[in-house]
Amino acid sequence: MSIFEIVTEPIVPQTYADYVLRPEAGAVTVFTGHVREWTEGVRTLYLAYEAYVPMAQKKLAEIGHGIEQKWKGTRVAIAHRIGELQIGDIAVVIAVSSPHRSDAYEANEYAIERIKEIVPIWKQEIWEDGTQWVGYQKKKPREISHD
Amino acid sequence: MIKLYYFAGLREVTGTTEELADLAGQTVGDLSNWITDQYPDMPMQSVRIAINKEYALSTDVLQDGDVAALIPPVSGG
Repeated sequence: MSIFEIVTEPIVPQTYADYVLRPEAGAVTVFTGHVREWTEGVRTLYLAYEAYVPMAQKKLAEIGHGIEQKWKGTRVAIAHRIGELQIGDIAVVIAVSSPHRSDAYEANEYAIERIKEIVPIWKQEIWEDGTQWVGYQKKKPREISHD
Repeated sequence: MIKLYYFAGLREVTGTTEELADLAGQTVGDLSNWITDQYPDMPMQSVRIAINKEYALSTDVLQDGDVAALIPPVSGG
């Protein structure tokens, strides 16, 4: 069993770390992605995330189960928050446990890359002078890496 | 009938979050053309279509009651 969920309340990373921890695990990696204030000189006031929730949860589970197949002995939990998030808030948490640390690191990075490719979640940046749906329009900043 | 969902910036093109289309028996490619006819400003080159929560091929055939979601470039994380 694993948890792969879209949530609206603040994310508590320890919940997910605890979930994946088990006696066979010698390593747990926990990645948290946060709302960043400055992106290439443009100041973000806050972010609004939206998801196609049932499909997003399905895709998060697919990513997690894919990892558990690809890296034997891993266990994965992923949560992404939606709604209005303030600077510094956690948008996403990925916890991976594995017998040895290299798998936990690799699998965790793979998870965030896949989330950014296939999970139907959208980020709207709200600035002092406007808004944009990231990835949809080509306003400033042109290229945003969103971790 | 097929139920259509529009997300994120696509709502600003359609002015609605969802609608019904009489496209049962037609393909996802036909659906794509239907959307372009309805909304000439829709950036279909960057939109993926999911049917019943799974990314679809343009040759997939729509069944009555299917839910089609228009997925603009995702930006989670």
